[in-house]
Amino acid sequence: MEEKEIILKVQDLNIEFHDHLIPETVVYDFNLTLKAGEIVGLVGESGSGKSMSALAVAGLLRRHDMKKTGQILFDGVDLLNCDRKVLRKFQGKEIGMVFQEPMTSLNPVKKIGWQVEESLRIHTQLNKEERYRRVIEALENVELQDPERIVRQYPHELSGGMRQRVMIAAAMICKPRLLIADEPTTALDVTIQAQIVKLLKRLNREEGTAVLFISHDLSLVKRLCSRILVMKSGYVVESGETQQIFYHPGDAYTKKLIEAIPAYEKR
Amino acid sequence: MKIKREPMKRISKNSNFIAGAVLTGLILLFIIIGCIHTPYDPEAMDGAGRFAGISWRHPMGCDNFGRDILSRVMTGAGTTLGVAFATVAIGAFFGVIWGAFAGYYGGLLDEIFMRAADAMLAFPSILLALMIIGLFGPGKYNVILALGIAFVPSFARIVRSEFIRCKNMDYVRSARLMGAGNLRIMFVHILPNAFPVILSSVLIGFNNAVLAEAGMNYLGIGVMPPDASLGRMLSEAQTYIFSAPGYAIFPGIVLILMILGFSLLGEGVRDN
Amino acid sequence: MRGKTILKKTVSTIITLLVVSFLVFLSFSVIPGDPAVSQLGTNATPERVEALREEMGLNRPFFLRFGEWLLSFAGGDMGISYSYKIPVKEMILDKLPITFTMTVMAFILVVIISVPVGIYAAKHQGGRTDRAVITINQVFMAVPPFFAGILITVLFGVVLKLFTPGGYVSYTKNFWGFVGYLFFPALAIALPKAAMTVKLLRSSLLEQAELDYTRTAYSRGNTTRDVLYRHVLQNAMIPVITFLGMALADIFTGSIIIEQVFNIPGLGRILLTSISNRDYPVVMAIIVCLAFAVIVINLLVDVIYRFADPRIRNED
Repeated sequence: MEEKEIILKVQDLNIEFHDHLIPETVVYDFNLTLKAGEIVGLVGESGSGKSMSALAVAGLLRRHDMKKTGQILFDGVDLLNCDRKVLRKFQGKEIGMVFQEPMTSLNPVKKIGWQVEESLRIHTQLNKEERYRRVIEALENVELQDPERIVRQYPHELSGGMRQRVMIAAAMICKPRLLIADEPTTALDVTIQAQIVKLLKRLNREEGTAVLFISHDLSLVKRLCSRILVMKSGYVVESGETQQIFYHPGDAYTKKLIEAIPAYEKR
Repeated sequence: MKIKREPMKRISKNSNFIAGAVLTGLILLFIIIGCIHTPYDPEAMDGAGRFAGISWRHPMGCDNFGRDILSRVMTGAGTTLGVAFATVAIGAFFGVIWGAFAGYYGGLLDEIFMRAADAMLAFPSILLALMIIGLFGPGKYNVILALGIAFVPSFARIVRSEFIRCKNMDYVRSARLMGAGNLRIMFVHILPNAFPVILSSVLIGFNNAVLAEAGMNYLGIGVMPPDASLGRMLSEAQTYIFSAPGYAIFPGIVLILMILGFSLLGEGVRDN
Repeated sequence: MRGKTILKKTVSTIITLLVVSFLVFLSFSVIPGDPAVSQLGTNATPERVEALREEMGLNRPFFLRFGEWLLSFAGGDMGISYSYKIPVKEMILDKLPITFTMTVMAFILVVIISVPVGIYAAKHQGGRTDRAVITINQVFMAVPPFFAGILITVLFGVVLKLFTPGGYVSYTKNFWGFVGYLFFPALAIALPKAAMTVKLLRSSLLEQAELDYTRTAYSRGNTTRDVLYRHVLQNAMIPVITFLGMALADIFTGSIIIEQVFNIPGLGRILLTSISNRDYPVVMAIIVCLAFAVIVINLLVDVIYRFADPRIRNED
């Protein structure tokens, strides 16, 4: 296999909150390299800083009450310290994002079609018909039945799994090079979880999109990712190839996580 | 991801409550002093003192009859507060009974009670009050009656929904098993639990009552002269707006402070 | 589904209208005092009173009178004023444009003041302007409209001399002069309501801005401006629409008092004169008309609300 180009390089990322009297650091010296077409898992319990790191990469931590240091290089551009205008050129176009709660992540008063095509409206000059065609395509691509009807529906008319598919379709509509999935299956039923994981895997294979998959569920990550980073209270405690981490975990915390997986899922 | 900002919010809510309590306390003190002692007889006229300006003798000046405005504001604020208090008491008393029966028994009774409440609520309270004044004629007690009746349905609605919420709770069921009668369950068991909700609507109702009372008196259909009331003072002051623009200021400010105090207090209670 | 909901709402509105008119009619039928006596004076002979009662139809059964009154009311015949001896309908139609114009102006003022201010305050949350807006709001909310009217009269009429206090201009003589005069009373009613709207809109916007879908919107490359106007605003307006509906009804009835402050001969004026003259047909007609207007406004708000919030639209 040829050497793939590096699309994302996070160097020494530190995130510190300043909205309380005592500053609180939530991410320490986070480092990550992601190659084109790769699926990397970011694992840890809630509060471990994994979501914060992911949000920082997506450029969604631009608040004044927190201090961030380090570099997030996407295509050689530092997304952490660049102008907002530059950052927005990447958001939705090069980096798509799917969130944990499909119930609340969609705007309740806008039609699905309007929300799925939004990135196209922002980043391309396509006209209405072309955008419509792309929306239908994208909805079909995430295996939704009857896309012509869905574009005219509102989020509350869809089930949780359908909404998460819609979120993925919206995130993928500009064919981004990186998809960040922040606990995309946590709020869903187990059967639907498996379907969503399969879908992400297929999209990764067919579209060549790199995926940063954030989860607290090690068994899901094992099925999907080629590499894993394990985080605990703001630190990356272990990283490496999935197989290696699973069979030779170096860190005590990783061992505990692996032990927590029910035996029948380990195979 | 949710970034908690609780500590800061709590302080600002508390400051609302404190400001409201201080303001209401000062107004109450002002009124209580007014009940015991006023610098002058609020009804004593003094031809030489017409429109006297602000001075040590008359801190708020004098009105068109040479009456001391401070003394009149003190008694007038008392009248306003008294009317508002009586109004809310009537509205809350009948509203609680109405809402309790409708919510507790439900069914046809509830349907009839709530249709009637809807019809009454379709009338903005000032219009309902005006209609009742139209029926019974002007006067302080008719204003109390009119506004009181106008406030009943809104209390009834709030109490009803509280009773519907509470009537199937475990403590009500156990009270029933122990043989408590319906009336006892309604007013001894459920009512105390509905109290916090009723308290915050009483404070909001107080606010509306002060506004409505002042409005009625401004229209000249409330307290009859020579009794002082803030609304009537304002309407008298308006006649002399060119010659004595200051006459309207003090009754108006006291009225605003009163409403401000109650609304801050109401918000503070609701948020805490 | 949707047609059915509207039909249901309309039917329940009609029932409310009937109940309201029944309650009004009932109230005015059981009032202490005989309208025939009050019209003729207490010195009138019993024969003359009886004759007038017969003439006024007061001796017939209650429900028959209610039915007749309702039918003729629906047909536009609201009876004859006791004191002016002219049809009530003419009196109302004559005054309605004044009150109506003032209400519409005040409502427009509420919207054009509160929406930009609310958005600005929310955008600059915690800033100096925001804090100033919160404080000013809290005070404005506590100002009774008629006192606001007096202050406006002093400021704009006496000090700045932008209008002549009490110098009402009839709309038949000079329409723009009429509108110009009504601007100030409209402002007096609008300011306290605008303050309440600002407060509600500001907190609604801030609440919505915290929700997950705004983060989604940012993740697609929206500017802060687009997130606000294309995503957050419509959601934040949903509770504001309900409030504005109630405010519109309040403004309409609040005009009764404000007309008094600015010496405007509108509906409020004849209502108050008729109350003190015990001119019951006029009082009844105006109260029923105002109540009808309020009920219809409520219905419209309900429809608009459903339009703004698809979650409600698909219910029932």
